[in-house]
Formats: sequence, structure tokens, C-alpha cells
Amino acid sequence: MTIPAVDPAARTTPGETLVEFRDIGMTYETGTTALEGVDLTVRRGEFVTVVGPSGCGKSTLLRIAAGLESHTDGTCETSTDRVGFVFQDATLLPWRSVRRNVELLAELNGLPAAERAEAAAEAIDLVGLAGFESSLPRQLSGGMRMRTSLARSLTLDPDLFLFDEPFGALDEITRQRLNDELLRLFAERGFGGLFITHSVAEAVYLSTRVIVMSGRPGRIVDVVDVPFDLPRDPEVRYTAEFGELVGRVSHSLKEAHA
Amino acid sequence: MTQLANTPSTTAPDTTTPGATAPVSGRRRRALLATVWPPLAVLVVILGSWTAASALLGDQSFLLPAPHRVITEGLGDPIVLPEIVEALGQTVLVAFIGLAIAVVLGVGWAIVMLQAQWAERSLYPYAVILQCIPILALVPLIGFWFGYGLPARVIVCVLIALFPMVSNTLFGLQSVDRSHHELFRLQRVSRWTTLWKLQLPAALPAMFVGLRTSAGLSVVGAIVGDYFFRRGTPGLGSLMSTYTSRLLAPELYASVLVAALLGVVIFVTFGFLARLVVGRWYGATKS
Repeated sequence: MTIPAVDPAARTTPGETLVEFRDIGMTYETGTTALEGVDLTVRRGEFVTVVGPSGCGKSTLLRIAAGLESHTDGTCETSTDRVGFVFQDATLLPWRSVRRNVELLAELNGLPAAERAEAAAEAIDLVGLAGFESSLPRQLSGGMRMRTSLARSLTLDPDLFLFDEPFGALDEITRQRLNDELLRLFAERGFGGLFITHSVAEAVYLSTRVIVMSGRPGRIVDVVDVPFDLPRDPEVRYTAEFGELVGRVSHSLKEAHA
Repeated sequence: MTQLANTPSTTAPDTTTPGATAPVSGRRRRALLATVWPPLAVLVVILGSWTAASALLGDQSFLLPAPHRVITEGLGDPIVLPEIVEALGQTVLVAFIGLAIAVVLGVGWAIVMLQAQWAERSLYPYAVILQCIPILALVPLIGFWFGYGLPARVIVCVLIALFPMVSNTLFGLQSVDRSHHELFRLQRVSRWTTLWKLQLPAALPAMFVGLRTSAGLSVVGAIVGDYFFRRGTPGLGSLMSTYTSRLLAPELYASVLVAALLGVVIFVTFGFLARLVVGRWYGATKS
């Protein structure tokens, strides 16, 4: 499987709907309501970030989209089978080298060895891990492990990319660098992204749209469009406009929390 | 059974700092000396007290022959030594057949229990009971049922060695993180693929812990079975039994010593094997 090069322009203007949540609700048997009346659509070329307090069900939303969790109300439709899921931790298999870890998903999907080797080599290149193919996860830093995890998902050439707070455990510098690279990948490949995070700055920097959720039961309380161009200049973080957007999202978060 | 690293090690290679080999080797040699000296000192004390006690016993010293007599009249004796070596071979054979069967049964048992909670709930108690049964009391019964030859001895071995394999394998198989399971679930793979590519490799370190314990127990099992059955080719157990009944203390001590050495060799060998197979990626595996 080769990762086809795509005309960036075709992919950065919002395209077909990849996942659509309609009036999603999740009430556990214990009576706790995790999510209530969530409507959300992610199209190709959109990068949607969900921020909200801990326990607001934002991860649950992502897991519903992936089919890892069920919901009790509403509908969730994904229109593609090529879904990438990046976990909170890198979830690498410690006995496999970087190359064999990156090959894993293609291997599980029954791709011939030559094709998966090619896809893995390309993905490893894309995340800047060339030269570390034979390293074992325990020999890598946290940031490099996360890159390996990203590369592994990239071999699927996902239309829809789901991220469950992937950079939460990383230090600020590593996190910013990975944000830059993720943005670059997004601009190049134009998938649809749904990204869960605690960090408001990360949310604004990465997204085309930020969704603010309230505490339990999780509801959407604000939707903020981010107007900055793609590919995005890292310096945009230090502009007044960026600060204003961060301020607005933080304000909504605080209100929802009160 | 959850102790994955129960022995200290000074020789585990530090794979994270490949550049720093020169100072490490000196440090390692000193560390090795530090691990060799203390037990050696204890050995000297034991041998000293042993010799003294034997001398104090005077004409009753046949009860506790001095250490050098274990060598001269036991291991060094041209008639006794071949006897012991042949018995050792027989014991090793029984122990390894027993261990192989225990490994296959134990891993199989654990995999079956892994498949469903009800399977674990119905089968695990029997693994625990197996562990608690006084096997010694069962040994004569096993003789009645299966005769007194090799099969009966192997069965004793398996009964004694099985539990650590079952419990450690199950622990290892169940130690896989939820997110790893979800990673596989997202690709919609069969449970056999998950078992083969995720759970079994993840369980290997725990399985080696079980293997090492089971191997030691298997030797004990081989000797115990042999001690009771005493028919066919004699193993170390038969030999010990014979020496005991004839009050041949030096010969008896010599065979006990050989049995203990066999245990140590097996322990070290399986520790080495574990490091060879999983030490590369599993940090806490030590020999």
C-alpha cells in the first residue's frame, strides 16, 4: 500500500462528511449521563478539536465514533472504513522494533510483506523517524514513541483521524513540535481530524474548529471557528488574534464549568 | 506468581547506554565479585561447622560424614560415580518429559481460561487445588494406577510442576493493556490473531518466570516419584532411597549434592534462556 499523494488544495477545502453525530446521548446503567444532545459533523479537510473539563465525555464521543463504545441516544454515522485512532499513550508493542510496530496495522489487515514494508518506510519518513527503524520502544523518548504511533496510523492512509489526547503526557516543547508536524501532515494529506485535548492553546493552534463542552453531562456549549490559513505558521501562536481566540475558548470553558 | 523479577542481577546488559562500555565492564567485574564473595563466605562457614560437627560425633560420624568424605567416598569413588551419573541422566530425562508436558498443559489450560470468564471461574479453582494437594500422598496411588515405570514418574512430575505454568501464563496473558486490546479490536481481527500477535508475546516474560519455577519443581517431582517407585532404571531418587536404607551416608550426600547442582543448573539455564528471548525488550527480566 502506498500512501497516495493528494493535491493539497483539493483536500483543504471541506469535502464530504466523514463522521456525523446526531443528538448523541450516553447514559450508563448506573444512571450517570455522560453525553447529552451532541450534534457534530467532521468533513474532509476539517480539523475539529473538542475541549472540555475532565469527565465531560469528550473521549467517549471519540470512542463512539471509532466503535469502541456504544451510545444510548441518537445516531453516529461514519462514512469511511479508513479510520485512524491515536491513543492517549503510544500503545506500541514493546517486543517489536519501530518498523515492525509501524507495520502492525497493515499486517493485521493482511497486506503482503512487501507492501506493508513500503507503507511503513514512507510513514516513518513522514514523522521524521528515519534512522530509528530498528530501535525498540524502550529505547525511544516519549515524543518518539508518539511519532511511531502516528506513523502506524498513517499506514492506513485514514480519511478520518481520531486523536484521544495524544500529546497530553509530553513536555511543552515536544508537544508544540508534534503539533507543528501534525498540522503539516494535515495540510498535506487533508484528512478529517477529530482531536480531544485539555489544552486550549493546542486546540486553537491545531483546529479549523474548536468545540467547547460542558462538564457532565457533556453538552456542546460553544463552537469557535479558527480562521488561520493552512499550512499554519507556528508564529501564529504569538499573534493578538490567536490570543483572542484562546481567550474566548477559555471563557466558554469557564462558564460551562461554573 | 506476580513477581517477575525476584532475583538481583548484576549482569543484565544496559542496552540504553551502548556508548559507555569501557567504564561499565570494570564496574561490572567489581559488582560480580560483590555477588560472588558473600555466598562463598557462607559456604566456608558451613563447611567449617560441618567438619567440626562431624569430628565431634566421633564414632557416630557415619551420621554426618565430613565434607571431604562426600567427595572421596561419594563423587570420587569409581563405582559410586557412574551409578550417580546414570541415575542423574534418568532423572533429567523424566524431569524434562514432565516439564514439557506441564508446559503444554499449563499454557493450554491458561489459554482456555482466557477465553471466557466462566471458563476461568470454573477451571481456576482446580489449578489451585492441584497446587494444594499433598502430592506425596498421591504418589503411591499413582503407582497403583499407572504402574511403577517411567509414565508414573512423569505424571508425578507434571502434577508438581503444572501450577506455576498455569498461573504465570494466565497472569501474563491477562496483563495486556486495554488500549492494546482496543488497537487490535479496531482492526477487527480474530481472537486467535490477538492471542498470537498480542497476548502470547506479552505473556512471554511471565511464562518464563513460570517455566523456571516449573523446571525446578519438575526435578523435585522426578526425584520424588523415583524415590517411591524404585523400579526400572534407577534415578537419583531410587539411589537416595537405596543409600539411605544401607546407611551409606557419603554416597547419600553425594547424590543429594548432585540433585541440588542439577536444580541450580536448571535455574540458571532457564534464566539465561529468558534473557535471550525477552531480555531485549522486557526490562525487568533478570537471571
